[in-house]
Amino acid sequence: MRGEMSVIVRTIARITYALILVFGFYVILHGHLTPGGGFQGGAVVASGFALLPVAFGAAAAKRYLNPSLMRHLEEVGSLAFLALGFLGIGISFFYNVLANSGSLFGAAVPFGPNSGILNSAGTLPFMNWAVGLKVMTGLMTIVLVLLIGAGKEGKD
Amino acid sequence: MKKAAVFAAFVFVAAFLLFAAGRLHPFGEPSAPAMDDYFLAHSQAETGANNVVTAIVFDYRGFDTLGEATVLFAAILGVVAVFRGPREDER
Repeated sequence: MRGEMSVIVRTIARITYALILVFGFYVILHGHLTPGGGFQGGAVVASGFALLPVAFGAAAAKRYLNPSLMRHLEEVGSLAFLALGFLGIGISFFYNVLANSGSLFGAAVPFGPNSGILNSAGTLPFMNWAVGLKVMTGLMTIVLVLLIGAGKEGKD
Repeated sequence: MKKAAVFAAFVFVAAFLLFAAGRLHPFGEPSAPAMDDYFLAHSQAETGANNVVTAIVFDYRGFDTLGEATVLFAAILGVVAVFRGPREDER
């Protein structure tokens, strides 16, 4: 197929694709505990997606990834992030209403280095998810739209 | 002549950078650490996040992150607008 790379690249891409996605989602989900966060994890996941068109060609990638769906998911992420900022509008914009509340993501954290409590940090995990969704779909939109634009240029 | 000029420029820039490297602020000793110390002492209790960077980015400086997200959104909007091309029915 046109735009496909060698069998070595395709085999390595098949193996590393899942690992990259898992690592990216780990960085997003543990953004409030470990280095990284929504933006970094989203960029990792987007680079994993970008492996598809690099290794298998633009046509194969376009079959699995829909740029219009990506663009709408990016808007959903943006609006979710804005809505989470408005959650604390009673006190101040971006006030963390869920932190230390005892409910969802409301566990108190001991001071100093600790092994990390996943159920902590209030609205920060939700913001990480929103920004992660936004960044991964946004960067993927850019890659796909550029690919489609390059494909049109080649045909004419 | 040209080689000598390039060499002189290289020596000048290298001497400048080496001089600046020698005069760098000592690492780990910020001159105004009040805000850093506040974040390190209070961010875990106030936001419940172990990752102080995330606490600052999404909580203390959440408005800043909103602007950054807007920049990314505008960049994607620009790329889509430029590379989308005409609609199928407009060709």
